[in-house]
Amino acid sequence: MVRISLDVDGDHVSDEVEPRMLLVQYLREKLGKTGTVVGCDTSNCGACTVHLDGRSVKSCNVLAVQADGHEVTTIEGLADGDELHPVQEAFRECHGLQCGFCTPGMIMQAIDVLNEHPQPTEEEVRLGLEGNLCRCTGYHNIVKSVLYAAEHSGSTAGAGGAQ
Amino acid sequence: MTATQDRPTAEIGRDRRRKEDQRLITGRTRWTDNIALPGMLHLAMVRSPFAHATITGIDTEAAAGAPDVVAVVTGRDLADVQGSIPTAWNITTDQKSPPHPAMAVDRVAFAGEVVAAVVARSAAAARDAAELVDVDYDEHPAVLDLKKAADDSTLAHPDLGTNKSAFWQFDSAGAGTGGSIDEAIEQARSGGILIEREYRQQRLIPAFMEPRSFVCDPNGEQLVLWSATQIPHITRFFLAAVLGIPESKIRVIAPDVGGGFGGKLQFVPEEIITVLVARRTGKPCKYTETRSESLMAAHHGRDQWQRLTLAADSEGTVTGLKVDLLCDLGAYAGTVGGGVPILGAFMYNAIYKFPAYQFNCTNYYTNKTLTDAYRGAGRPEATFAIERLMDELAAEVGVDPLEIRERNWIGHEEFPFSTVAGLEYDSGNYEAATAKAKESFGYDELRAEQRQRRESGDRVQLGIGISTFTEMCGLAPSRVLGALNYGAGGWEHAQVRMGGTGKVEVVTGASAHGQGHETAFSQIVADRLGVPFEDVEVLHGDTQISTKGYDTYGSRSLVVGGEALVRAADKVIEKAKPIAAHLLEASADDIEFESGRFSVRGTDQGMGLAEIATAVFAAHNLPDGIEPNLDSEATFDPVSFSYPHGTHLCAMEVDTETGEVRMRKYTCVDDIGNIINPLIVAGQVHGGLVQGIAQALWEEAVHDEAGTLVSGSFVDYLLPTSADTISFDIDHTTSPSTTNTLGTKGVGEAGTIASTPAVVNAVVDAVRHLGVTDVQMPCTPERVWRAIHADGAGGSTEGAAMPHFDDAEPGRDSTEGAGA
Repeated sequence: MVRISLDVDGDHVSDEVEPRMLLVQYLREKLGKTGTVVGCDTSNCGACTVHLDGRSVKSCNVLAVQADGHEVTTIEGLADGDELHPVQEAFRECHGLQCGFCTPGMIMQAIDVLNEHPQPTEEEVRLGLEGNLCRCTGYHNIVKSVLYAAEHSGSTAGAGGAQ
Repeated sequence: MTATQDRPTAEIGRDRRRKEDQRLITGRTRWTDNIALPGMLHLAMVRSPFAHATITGIDTEAAAGAPDVVAVVTGRDLADVQGSIPTAWNITTDQKSPPHPAMAVDRVAFAGEVVAAVVARSAAAARDAAELVDVDYDEHPAVLDLKKAADDSTLAHPDLGTNKSAFWQFDSAGAGTGGSIDEAIEQARSGGILIEREYRQQRLIPAFMEPRSFVCDPNGEQLVLWSATQIPHITRFFLAAVLGIPESKIRVIAPDVGGGFGGKLQFVPEEIITVLVARRTGKPCKYTETRSESLMAAHHGRDQWQRLTLAADSEGTVTGLKVDLLCDLGAYAGTVGGGVPILGAFMYNAIYKFPAYQFNCTNYYTNKTLTDAYRGAGRPEATFAIERLMDELAAEVGVDPLEIRERNWIGHEEFPFSTVAGLEYDSGNYEAATAKAKESFGYDELRAEQRQRRESGDRVQLGIGISTFTEMCGLAPSRVLGALNYGAGGWEHAQVRMGGTGKVEVVTGASAHGQGHETAFSQIVADRLGVPFEDVEVLHGDTQISTKGYDTYGSRSLVVGGEALVRAADKVIEKAKPIAAHLLEASADDIEFESGRFSVRGTDQGMGLAEIATAVFAAHNLPDGIEPNLDSEATFDPVSFSYPHGTHLCAMEVDTETGEVRMRKYTCVDDIGNIINPLIVAGQVHGGLVQGIAQALWEEAVHDEAGTLVSGSFVDYLLPTSADTISFDIDHTTSPSTTNTLGTKGVGEAGTIASTPAVVNAVVDAVRHLGVTDVQMPCTPERVWRAIHADGAGGSTEGAAMPHFDDAEPGRDSTEGAGA
């Protein structure tokens, strides 16, 4: 077992974990942060995407011990009380989700895309979300959501949450 | 009173943002895998690596001794209690079905079949120990090829003596719905046009994003099962049947479910194993599959060979269609797997006036994963075949593919129209949808560009694909299901419960898995009762709350479930009316109800539904003999199907040197009747389109020669990404359905059904001038390149002669009662 200390959604946590434990398992099973979900075994689907020090990572691809000393933001740390993050708001506004299983990862990735391209083109959005699979929306409204977020919140769409 | 006149307008038709989204976008969702109960144990499955083998021994000792392992359970341990997994659809009375144990006892029939389960205190410990279970197999020859299955030279189940499950035929001459196919073909041979083609519907994987997950708590008064399923009510029925305990002792909860597409429309081995192990250990148990397990063992879709013979006169007017199908059921008969091609049987004539039609279908077992319902179930296969054939007919006649469709389709003035397959189409306007799509797409301009590229010999050629489709939704009138040997009904149940404050609880048996029922159903009830949208709460997916239902599939939720809701809401109004009359001191005959308010005709006296609800709650002053209760329920069994239709146009660019294809434009105009929520409808269309496009271009479940799934992860099974797809132009025409009050038709499958042929037609159209008449799906660059560069071109990329098709059994008639 290895002791780790990290900040998750603004809370400082300290824990003993098995060295092989994945960050996504740590978030879900030890911290009960079930907003982050697992959709595949091969880091293809992106459903588990979270932010590690403000950049998106697939949390099934990161060991919990690698997060030691770092800041993690999950979907549950994005909204400020009842006030949604602009990208969350955009997904609701543009119907950027249906079953919602890919949505937490998609939103976290979208924020990363907007951090890199505050006023992205449709192609930049499509390429930026390529690592996140959705089976419901055909991506049409997801792309629209990200463009909407860029348009309606300027350069602040990417930043936010507990970063 | 027509459907449209009766339709209130305040909420229906409005772009309401979804009620569901708040929890889904903030990560407060109730997925089954999120459930953690005190003392809960975790299961890991041990699966057969072989497609067909005898189990000669299982050594569980090492696994049982591993850290945190509580038990290791084998098929032999469960043999006495597991029974056989039931199928709901034996398509003929003499259908052959091998026993289907949840856990293999002495023989496995496909790679991925469960042979043992490890039960441990953590999921990780269970998975670790599963590696230690040592299974000895004696491998047998496996039948993996559908065409080879037909000759019975290798048997998927030796005890069955044949691979054939059932033969099913529909013949229009026999059914009295049309003429003789043999005569039509004979006439076409002498002076007409005869088109014979063979198409392959490759095996697909539904690949819902949320892996299947089951949690069973065996310890309360009731056995409770949380399940990532589309069918909680049907699951409860199956569980009661398999366990031999009353339904009242079983509660099935489908909390938030992360997609289904038909892929969660099965009662599955892993589900019953979780329940049996929970009962055996006396502890809550959870099983969540990995993605690899999901792709390997959750059911697959499609997997058919279609042989088609289209007869027409020299002008391109179709005189008959004959369909011969081979269908791969996989290793066992699934919940509705055998019936999937039957759903398609009624759709091969599509929107056209065929004078003669014959459909012959043979289902076979192979040593592969089961096939079952997948988005559209039977109807995409049918639509693909006929829309490809219409393009081939147009090429033969030498006219534009749109022209050939116009020569054959049902005119809008001809509705209602009885089809050669025995259905009565209630409404539709193919001319209007096509005209609108053509204009929005820029059809003539793109045709001009296509000509220019052909003339200049451009390396990148442009193709235009057309798909005019219809489907049968609102599954289904119970009497029709009965006539088709389906084991269940097609009604739906709803309750409307009035709270004392005037807030409304709505309960539906149509359990949702992401389609937005909570929003759309709130809109319907808000309009019907005249209460605010926010005051309606929709409950579903828990058999303890929605005590009756037939769940969600076949675009039935709104058409059947929505209509049940309307009827339940109307009963609330009827119950409130005499109370309103009493409180307003008027005659019930003088009471009118409009927009949530009861008023005395010709006066300004009145009171709202909420006030009456409060009065009923208090029950201080009610008419004599009236019970203090406004709650109502309704069960709606549709009298007929609904028939959405549409025209889809697709432009594809094909690089003739590399075979690479790229979508340039996609325009569709769907007629789905009245629309409750345009925002939700658009989302359903977008998602459906990409699932259909994916069959045309990318997706295919591939097994190797040993029967192992090669496309066993998202690395190999190519789901489309945001970078592979484009944004779509979608629009609607409206011919309200006349078979339900709302005038709705259903939209969940439309995009998938229509888009596959539109894309393949476009790919073939781009290179038809190079001699190509077919490219089998998925249209990978290699297949496209080979089609272009094949010697003499002109042919399909695979699948030559199919001698065994001649062995079909035209003499047998198992269609008694078939047809609507």
